[in-house]
Amino acid sequence: MKQESIIQVENLTKKFNDFTAVNAISFNVKKGEIFGFLGANGAGKTTAMKMLIGISTPTSGNAHVAGYNVFKNPENIKKSIGYMSQKFALYDDLTVKENITFFGGIYGLSRKQIEVKRRLLVEELGLQDIANELVSSLPLGWKQKIAFSVALLHEPKIIFLDEPTGGVDPITRRQFWEMIYKTANNGTTVFVTTHYMDEAEYCDRVSIMVDGKIEALDTPKNLKKQFNAENMNDVFLKLARG
Amino acid sequence: MSINVQHISKSFKEVKAINNISFEVKEGELFGLIGPDGAGKTTIFRILTTLLFSDKGTANVAGFDVIDNYKDIRNHVGYMPGRFSLYQDLTVEENLEFFATIFGTTIKENYDLIKDIYIQIEPFKTRRAGKLSGGMKQKLALCCALIHKPKVLFLDEPTTGVDPVSRKEFWEILKRLQKKGITILVSTPYMDEAALCDRIALIQEGEILEIDTPQEITKHYPKAIYNVKANNMYKLINSLKKYEHHYSVYPFGEYVHYTDKRTKFSIDILKNYLVENQFSDIEIIETTPSIEDTFMELAK
Amino acid sequence: MKRFIGFIKKEFYHIFRDKRSLFILFGMPIAQIMLFGFAITNEINNVDIAILDKSKDATTIEIINKISSSKYFSVEQLINNESEIEPVFKKGKVKAVLIFEKDFSKKLVKENNATLQIITDATDPNTANTISNYTNSILQKYQQEINKNIKIPYQIIPKSHMVFNPELKSVFMFVPGVMTIILMLVSAMMTSISITREKELGTMEILLVSPLKPFQVIIGKVVPYIFLSIINAIVIVLLSIFVFKMPVQGSLFLLAFESVLFIITSLSLGILISTLSSTQQTAMMISLMGLMLPTILLSGFIFPISSMPLPLQIISNIIPAKWFIIILKGIMLKGVGISFIWKETSFLLLMTMIFIAISVKKYKIRLE
Repeated sequence: MKQESIIQVENLTKKFNDFTAVNAISFNVKKGEIFGFLGANGAGKTTAMKMLIGISTPTSGNAHVAGYNVFKNPENIKKSIGYMSQKFALYDDLTVKENITFFGGIYGLSRKQIEVKRRLLVEELGLQDIANELVSSLPLGWKQKIAFSVALLHEPKIIFLDEPTGGVDPITRRQFWEMIYKTANNGTTVFVTTHYMDEAEYCDRVSIMVDGKIEALDTPKNLKKQFNAENMNDVFLKLARG
Repeated sequence: MSINVQHISKSFKEVKAINNISFEVKEGELFGLIGPDGAGKTTIFRILTTLLFSDKGTANVAGFDVIDNYKDIRNHVGYMPGRFSLYQDLTVEENLEFFATIFGTTIKENYDLIKDIYIQIEPFKTRRAGKLSGGMKQKLALCCALIHKPKVLFLDEPTTGVDPVSRKEFWEILKRLQKKGITILVSTPYMDEAALCDRIALIQEGEILEIDTPQEITKHYPKAIYNVKANNMYKLINSLKKYEHHYSVYPFGEYVHYTDKRTKFSIDILKNYLVENQFSDIEIIETTPSIEDTFMELAK
Repeated sequence: MKRFIGFIKKEFYHIFRDKRSLFILFGMPIAQIMLFGFAITNEINNVDIAILDKSKDATTIEIINKISSSKYFSVEQLINNESEIEPVFKKGKVKAVLIFEKDFSKKLVKENNATLQIITDATDPNTANTISNYTNSILQKYQQEINKNIKIPYQIIPKSHMVFNPELKSVFMFVPGVMTIILMLVSAMMTSISITREKELGTMEILLVSPLKPFQVIIGKVVPYIFLSIINAIVIVLLSIFVFKMPVQGSLFLLAFESVLFIITSLSLGILISTLSSTQQTAMMISLMGLMLPTILLSGFIFPISSMPLPLQIISNIIPAKWFIIILKGIMLKGVGISFIWKETSFLLLMTMIFIAISVKKYKIRLE
């Protein structure tokens, strides 16, 4: 089955002075795929992701995200993607409802659309009791789940998740992944980074970055075969340790 | 006993951070507090390192009471807080030197203890700490916490946000330190790290779910667990959850961990159900429960 | 003691590695003093004036010549009657109008005195003040010349009159004021920021869980800033003496002592602020809003305290800067000794002790 690519990356490079953070990486992400983007700290994951979401201009190479060029149309890229990171997800001092309204607003949804989406979201996540509470009073797991839904409010074609489950308890972590599956099943492409190697197994395909380069890219199954490893953790260790 | 905690509770305003926590850590033991963010791990660390008073209960560390003898404790423990807490604008060497001096010692005096770790970062000793990679920062922080040869080492989530390679190295280092007679209390949200501790306490929402060796804890798991796999993961999870006899369904790496409510369960019954639901490439094998399975079962 | 020295060494590393702060720390006093100094300068050059000469005799022409030949003034315009004075000022170019009374020469010879009126535009009060001073000195010189051979001296009476802003503040006022503000800023803000930075970084946790005693941490934080503040104070005094020729009348020793006292007052305030705030940002806000504004507005630096409404006058008493400015003015401008400023000094001492007492009580040896 041949699927169209929604992210095409060719020799994408980012240099900071004489330091090459991302060194000519190339890959494609298919539509509706869950794409795991792994790598050790400092391997260049974050830098690469920043270029793909249009907030950092590459030094050289080329990339198209959701059909837009990262050099020419970063603003259009931003409109077609959702982004959620562990560090910042929601405003702590706003209520859940206010956060939804705010993020809906900045993505240009009409008041009516926001209202509809908000009701849908509250119902889906069972937020009836906490919709008017400040985000700061919620457990981390809840915050991350709501943040994920908020990042999907404007029905983006791709959602970028930067370590979305760090520190979350195991049950919520799984609920979160079920949400990811559901999203991908609905045709949204998911681009995710994580430090949990068991989560790498949930991805359709996984790339592993080492020192600014993509050293491996395949389905978890093939990677394990290729590296003669029992699980993704072993794959990672073998690769990153050389 | 190196650490003895009896019935401590602590609330911040109305929020109960920890509730009636008791545990003991033997001398020379590597003890893990395992639980997600917000479980109360940091609060326990702060009480034991004399940074916070508990509302109720008593605790002592290395034979000293955390309230009455707090000064003695401060002389005898090493502490590595959760956040990266070194001076970013000081070089590697200056950081280490600073912590050596405030503990009234020198790098030379205890170099033996930190040698294995320090040689890995020594090539960068004139680099500012802020410019180090995550793994190296963490090694430097550990050196700083060890420089005065503490009896007890407190490590609050040392591996959070660190990649698997550095995490593995870090645990190897901890094992070596333990051999040198240092008692270590470490916390982590990564369940797979629990297996590397001598004994662990599983914590959720301020309460201890269970304390035991990792092996014993997984033995307590009440049910048989099955690895289930099929052609479509998402549909598989949904189907299994719709299955009336399911007890729990959790994705676990490439498999789904499935448990059944019935006492009489056979793999074939489940296989038939999945075949009926148009799944292919079905694979079902019984497996041993992990600490994560146990945690989820206890936290339910 | 070795621990303590190690700690101070670390503090100096922080200070010297943060180039931007360091630049502000030393650049600011110099920039401020220069700014204030040249903005409120007492030098005037080629100021445009207008002259209303009602007598037009030999003496007045001679005086006008003297004035216009000096480098300080240039006669922009001669006017013919008093109704033209206001329009001339309103145009803005002319800063002063000199009015010679009628029959100037005759009066000088017959009555031995004649009046010259100097009207200045005091919207720029310093220039206004300077203009009348300079005119006076030109007149005095002229009088000495014409009185050489006469027994009963002729007297020209200058009558200064200022329009638009008759109340003037002292020209030298800015040095004590700027010095006060800078010492306050460096000492209080920098210390509070440096202590809260440790809290924010999480390093305070490690310091607390170490044998270092809390008071050692605090003193260790403060010592480097005492040094820096003293250096700043010296720079300011040197600048004002050598660049602005401001005389220091009193004892330099006393000046140094009082400055150190005020530095300690400010540092203890800084520590107090740091115990109240947990982030650098809050510490900065409290320092700026809670210290700088009252220091600038209520200390008498810019607005004379005597012309404030009574409640503000009362509040100004708890502003340490007010007392320090009085002390500085006393020592630098009037040359008084401790016997004249012991009251202000003891106020500062008392405040310092109160601040330190509160900080010690508030300082946490634990996290809450």
